[in-house]
Amino acid sequence: MKASHVSVPAWVTIGVVPVVNIAMALFLSGLIILLIGENPIDAVQLIFIGAFGYDEAIGYTLYYTTNFIFTGLAVAIAFHAMLFNIGGEGQAYIGGLGIGLAILAFDHTLPFWLMLPIMLSAGALFGAAWAFIPAWAQAYRGSHIVITTIMFNFIASALMVYLLVNVLVEPGNMSPETREFLPSGHLPFMHEVFAWFGIAITKSPLNISIFWALICCVLLWFYIWRTRWGYALRTVGHSERAAVYAGIRPQRVIVITMCISGALAGFVGINELAGVQHRLLLNFTAGYGFTGIAVSLMGRNHPLGIVLASLLFGILYQGGAELAFEMPKISREMVVTIQGLVILFSGALAYMSEPWVARAYTFVALGLTQQRAGEA
Amino acid sequence: MIASASQVSGSIAQGDPPPAIELRGIDKRFGEVHANRNVDLRVAAGTIHGIVGENGAGKSTLMSILYGFYEADAGEIRINGRPLQIRSANDALQAGIGMVHQHFMLVDTFSVLENVMLGAESGAVLSRSKTLARRELERLEQDYGLRVDPDAVVEELPVGEQQRAEILKSLYRGAEILILDEPTGVLTPQESDQLFEILRSLKERGVTILLITHKLREIMDLTDFVSVMRQGEIVAHRRTSETDQKELAELMVGRSIEQHDVNRSHTPGEAVLAVKNVSMRDAKGVTRVDDVSFEVRAGEIVGIAGVAGNGQTELLELLSGIRPLDSGSFHANGRQVTPQNPCSPKDMRRLHVNHVPEDRHRLGLVMPFLASESSILGYQDRGRINKGLALDYPLIIKDCAEMMRVFDVRPVDPMLRSSNFSGGNQQKIVLAREMDKEPTLLLVGQPTRGVDVGAIEFIHGQLLSMRDRGCAILLVSVELDEILALSDRILVMFEGRIVGDVAGAGADKKQLGLLMANASPDAAESEAVS
Repeated sequence: MKASHVSVPAWVTIGVVPVVNIAMALFLSGLIILLIGENPIDAVQLIFIGAFGYDEAIGYTLYYTTNFIFTGLAVAIAFHAMLFNIGGEGQAYIGGLGIGLAILAFDHTLPFWLMLPIMLSAGALFGAAWAFIPAWAQAYRGSHIVITTIMFNFIASALMVYLLVNVLVEPGNMSPETREFLPSGHLPFMHEVFAWFGIAITKSPLNISIFWALICCVLLWFYIWRTRWGYALRTVGHSERAAVYAGIRPQRVIVITMCISGALAGFVGINELAGVQHRLLLNFTAGYGFTGIAVSLMGRNHPLGIVLASLLFGILYQGGAELAFEMPKISREMVVTIQGLVILFSGALAYMSEPWVARAYTFVALGLTQQRAGEA
Repeated sequence: MIASASQVSGSIAQGDPPPAIELRGIDKRFGEVHANRNVDLRVAAGTIHGIVGENGAGKSTLMSILYGFYEADAGEIRINGRPLQIRSANDALQAGIGMVHQHFMLVDTFSVLENVMLGAESGAVLSRSKTLARRELERLEQDYGLRVDPDAVVEELPVGEQQRAEILKSLYRGAEILILDEPTGVLTPQESDQLFEILRSLKERGVTILLITHKLREIMDLTDFVSVMRQGEIVAHRRTSETDQKELAELMVGRSIEQHDVNRSHTPGEAVLAVKNVSMRDAKGVTRVDDVSFEVRAGEIVGIAGVAGNGQTELLELLSGIRPLDSGSFHANGRQVTPQNPCSPKDMRRLHVNHVPEDRHRLGLVMPFLASESSILGYQDRGRINKGLALDYPLIIKDCAEMMRVFDVRPVDPMLRSSNFSGGNQQKIVLAREMDKEPTLLLVGQPTRGVDVGAIEFIHGQLLSMRDRGCAILLVSVELDEILALSDRILVMFEGRIVGDVAGAGADKKQLGLLMANASPDAAESEAVS
């Protein structure tokens, strides 16, 4: 109770608390690794070497990071309006559908520089549309957005199976996939971009959509904290009644915010389909939408924090895969457990350590002031 | 039981019975804020002891320490002469301390009996404890004359009786010391008088009462002793019979208070707001505003008196465009508003109708926002502060600092969170924002609730000077003194209807009180007919 009345500087809550959370998660993971008879220090080393040890690894890490930035931002903007968008997975899926359809429709006729805006718009539009329906139901009919967005994840999944198996599948293909996109629908890989400048790096799935992810971070920051629409959004998030008083229509804000959120999630398809897979296929979202919730929570719903959190999850994904490969006793499931612990501590239990950190801070701060007083 | 407890502990100490409550050197800090500084307080058993002070003077903190919500950083609490550690409300109850909160801690859908026994049940099956509780309630009723129907559902009771249920709850748990936090804030003057009767009879039966209030009249009427708090310290103890309101007010503020001279000699101008037969129902279909008609003219303050919850809030929200009306119409600055032709808060602001809402925490300000951000609430779309796509924050901050200087907001720091300002300063931020736009009609709800005496003085002065500049002001307040001090005309609302319309000059407090309770002779008659 005492600690909650102490004003703790922002760098403690934004900087120290997440680090403490990760430390707790890693500590627990270390215990588990010890239990199954491996050396946790070696394991951590392997994760970092696996994530950063060579240029291909860095490419993979950043490629995962790109997906997490998109879904993290999607969760964050909704969160600022006090909306809990659990539907990032479905919105990413349907956004990908839009991108796939757009590319399949135009890759014969249009050049890449025209394709790029078309696929971005298609991904945004489809993702937004998938978020629009739960948003509308929440704003005007009071259906809870958590429930509806979860449902829409299932619907998206079923819809995609139907479409890919029955409608979009390439004739003669055994697996439910569309035909491969023509090169005008491919985003350049980073190793290709580096090659333009005469720098040779190893092939990896990393492509230029990471730049779009970073641009989205800046745009989102500007929108939320610098425009009047962002002002309205934050007002609705903090106090819907104050928003009504201020002449803001919360229903409209809810719908617009969710559409932006869905659009951001939809960009996962840019990285995955136009960037890497070059075809529309099942389950390319692979849980990125859900992990986005943890990313956003860990990044305190701020674009900068989200970039850092995304990077951490990128490291865990890529380094974790390496770990499972190198340490025979550590299976893929084990790696998922470690990822799960990080999500648990930085997502679900994100605020658990806050009072402790605050108390420790107060203790140290008080000690310092007393010491200074003593010296003087 | 009460008498014996104090006698026993009294015989242990020296001849005089020890004080029921003794606080020695209580000290409490919240970070930078020194809420209580070395507070000493002695409350003699069987007396009514008042504690007065401005908002933020540390009264509530002190009581929270006594009731176990907070723990003091230093100091000692003695109850009936025995030193005690009070760490929770349970410890306080054990020590015989009961508290009646400003906002009642009752379960609305439970009966009085169920509420009284809540948390004090014995055994898994309720029927036995219910019988016991009923018997105990009957005894308390006989002993103290506290009558509340034990089977009535709390939400159906008038506020005064809910408060009595709350007092019963404390007594049922064996409280010998009763703390009342601003008990009359929600009562009509008549209900307050009844409460005072009850408190006096409790005192006669040996209960010690600690009364926290900012209403000096109540202190003078009721208490035996009074302690004044200022900035976390107790600055004076007085025997009530040896002091007066003026001295107490000056002790609270630390300087002398000037009274505003309300100049009612001027003549008001054209009607700026004309309300005709307006009615409104809430989401449950309950009529909140019932066939209300009145006018407010330029250069006139019309006060709406009434007990909280009689439709005043809804009326203001309706006139400011927050809520739609169901029937009737009103005319504001030349715009006709009807159910078919509604208007939004944005439209109203464009018509120079500004609104200082009653609930500054949830409507008037956004608590986590910086003061500068809160200072544009409602005006975020104005061209002046928008540069292209972005809000012009440097200008907003400059404007905010200017407003803060003009309205004496302390500290003048546009980058401080709205929630970190004291109640009075928060209210000044809202007032500054709305008055700064020079509206022609200002709707004001509870402008000084929870605001300290110095700020009240300032806010009243600002409202009067707005009026003198020709602004029409509709003022809603549950503080009759405020209505009387400011209004040129007074309307009284009861259950959504306007039941009285009197001139401000020479208005009679007692008559208004009766109207607020709808107990005037003719009102009582019409009640009997219907």
